[in-house]
Amino acid sequence: MPEYQTHEHDVLVIGAGGAGLRAAIEASAAGVSVGIVCKSLLGKAHTVMAEGGIAAALANVDERDNWKVHFADTMRGGQYVNNWRMAELHAKEAPDRVRELEAWGAVFDRTKDGRILQRNFGGHKYARLAHVGDRTGLEMIRTLQDHGIHQGMEVHMECTILTLLKDGDRVVGAFGYERERGRFKIFRAKAVVLATGGIGRAYKITSNSWEGTGDGHSLAYHAGAELIDMEFLQFHPTGMVWPPSVCGILVTEGVRGEGGILLNQDGRRFMFDDIPDLYKAQTADTEEEGWRYCAGDRNARRPAELLTRDHVARCIVREIKAGRGSPHGGVYLDISWIKKKIPNAAEHIKRKLPSMYHQFKQLADIDITREPMEVGPTTHYAMGGIRVDADTQMSRLPGLFAAGECASGINGANRLGGNSLSDLLVFGKRAGEFAAKFARSNKAGRVDPEQIEAAARRALEPFDHGASAGPNAEWPYQIQFDLQEMMQDLVGIVRREDEMVRALDGLHKLSERAKQVAVRGNREYNPGWHTAIDLTNLLTVSEAITRSALERKESRGAHFRDDYPNKDAASGKVNVVVWKAPDGTMQVRREPIPEMRSELKRIIDEMK
Amino acid sequence: MKTATFRIWRGDVRAGQFHDYTAEVAEGMVVLDAIHQIQAKQANDLACRWNCKAGKCGSCAAEVNGLPRLMCMTRLSDIPLDQPVTVEPMKTFPHLKDLVTDVSWNFRVKKKIHKLTPRMADAPDGTWRMAQQDIDRVQEFRKCIECFLCQDVCHVLREHRKHEEFIGPRFLAHLAGLEMHPLDTGNRLEAAKKEFGIGYCNITKCCTYVCPEEIKITDNAIIPLKERIVDEVYDPLGKLLRRLRPKA
Repeated sequence: MPEYQTHEHDVLVIGAGGAGLRAAIEASAAGVSVGIVCKSLLGKAHTVMAEGGIAAALANVDERDNWKVHFADTMRGGQYVNNWRMAELHAKEAPDRVRELEAWGAVFDRTKDGRILQRNFGGHKYARLAHVGDRTGLEMIRTLQDHGIHQGMEVHMECTILTLLKDGDRVVGAFGYERERGRFKIFRAKAVVLATGGIGRAYKITSNSWEGTGDGHSLAYHAGAELIDMEFLQFHPTGMVWPPSVCGILVTEGVRGEGGILLNQDGRRFMFDDIPDLYKAQTADTEEEGWRYCAGDRNARRPAELLTRDHVARCIVREIKAGRGSPHGGVYLDISWIKKKIPNAAEHIKRKLPSMYHQFKQLADIDITREPMEVGPTTHYAMGGIRVDADTQMSRLPGLFAAGECASGINGANRLGGNSLSDLLVFGKRAGEFAAKFARSNKAGRVDPEQIEAAARRALEPFDHGASAGPNAEWPYQIQFDLQEMMQDLVGIVRREDEMVRALDGLHKLSERAKQVAVRGNREYNPGWHTAIDLTNLLTVSEAITRSALERKESRGAHFRDDYPNKDAASGKVNVVVWKAPDGTMQVRREPIPEMRSELKRIIDEMK
Repeated sequence: MKTATFRIWRGDVRAGQFHDYTAEVAEGMVVLDAIHQIQAKQANDLACRWNCKAGKCGSCAAEVNGLPRLMCMTRLSDIPLDQPVTVEPMKTFPHLKDLVTDVSWNFRVKKKIHKLTPRMADAPDGTWRMAQQDIDRVQEFRKCIECFLCQDVCHVLREHRKHEEFIGPRFLAHLAGLEMHPLDTGNRLEAAKKEFGIGYCNITKCCTYVCPEEIKITDNAIIPLKERIVDEVYDPLGKLLRRLRPKA
């Protein structure tokens, strides 16, 4: 075997967004040696794009809030297929995780009495999101980064993992390459934490950056871990739709939290036309009551715009399909109207939503304090991911942990806005803690040179294809575009059996093409090569989404089936699990959701 | 369809030169879109950094027609397209490949600055009380997306290559953000003067001019820091008085 640079850590964290950094901080604090690998530069992960806030029942703005309300909101939002233990831990621990950020330097917006301010968001009963204007994710990642770099962790920037290394069932490290020179690297570790984020790049219209290629999902799956809930993919209702070059870029739910309304071409607030039974009791009867809620009236109920994301996205699609959309195929989102309600509205908007103001002004020539935005759904977040133990975040493979978006369970069929940042903190911490514990009680495993050689060979194949490329050569970007187009068309917001069967066939063909993918140039910082390598992950997660979506023959949360438009009680009692059979094929099974503890059931009943 | 010529720096640490590429121009496009189009269709191995494509991560810093810019926030409609648009890597940092530079120096510098040391909690539950007006200034600095354009344009680094003696505007703003943080009890002023070379800054405000987050780096961070240092270091009488009469 050629000599590859080898790094040894007790705990290796793969991914340096919110969950990865939080895990690395916790493991470092436990006194073990920590390495953290990130695909980009440190501090650039997709967490920076989180805008609205961190959901935590601090009860600073509304003292009626507590973990039980947060728990019940999360379960309701997830349509009760969530891992209830994770939802419980999350609701209980989020407040401490937020306060701790403050001790590390985060500067949240303040209440009048100097505490952390909280804002309204979809599906949350009370004002619950700790925030900094509309750049909360940046604040969070920078805080974790600036604290973390002083904790002794070793950061491996611009490094991509190709495969997890195994000793029997146990995960004992990872093998990857660094971008700068394209050299391979071996990471030996007693425990590995995956915190690689999402999979949005499998779709054409997405809020995700190039990094969101489902690496962690795919690495874990191929190593033998299980994926769960993969059919639940969140389409954020408000992405930019115009101009084409910015299509998909996120428009924070905070716009609606601050009083923004959704209008169709006829100027109608269509969200009030269809309010699901589950939310009738919590939703305002009139537009006027909705505004009072946004203005802080504690006796008012939420406006229909603050229903859960799955529902809002579907209503927008309905308006567009019925021909009532805006000129560029979206609907209108208007915050400027609040000038009728409050003085200095323009200043207020700029202060509460500065980066939205900036983004629209600079990229779309729209002044959101004066005119409405055009918005439409964009692929945003994977509720599905690596199946982990709720308390320890360990997968079924010893030594392999996962946290954040690439792990699954807490969100069920639909994630509430703001629950992602808190999820990263709560379960990032837990993953770091238990990975450190695992590392302390286990010796380093044996690394298999054959596994490494096979991965290295596979990674370099595209260069061989490039050297012999003829006129029919397959180039990486074209395969990626074709995949994105197909997933958008056939496994998007509204799904049907026949279309998804076609998608499976399409995925098979794309996999065959990907085997022949060719790249030119050398290994030094070569985006063509990186794109070629990412294809495997994108194809794996796309297949997992499609197979899981075929398996769930009902509509629930973010998963909407045109051929099964209603909820099915029996399906509501199971999760769909995906794993890799010994023959290499993807297997799917339904698994009953464990019975909820009775005191948690009681909380849900009380909050109904 | 309308097209434009993009004159892009191609090369590695050994050698490089400009290459002309033609890209199709559609409504609303930014420079990064053109780079992506060229990357996908003509030069798969064209290296550039990017992530969010919405001005929030600060990855795609480059020099467009000679000006330090985020490629994702530079609209093609705002630059003349009747002549080639030049796109080059930042000059302050060692070149790696095409539009990518080695910015690792920035990460090493940050590690040298002492992190926040919070005062004792204000409330029994371990939390603090801070007024919004007391954090407005710090929040301005915390908007920084670490694109390093301010470092790129700073002549102390760019022309005089004082990387070993001067931490640059980005980290002076970072340091100011810590010094002005209402919870912080640390003191980094001596280090700012001796170790971090704040004296090199002669307030030409180039950093402020290029900041995509519109942070007033010079006026709000560097000048107040310089003033504090003057108070602390060059005014021994004032220093003595302050010791005898600590802040109310």
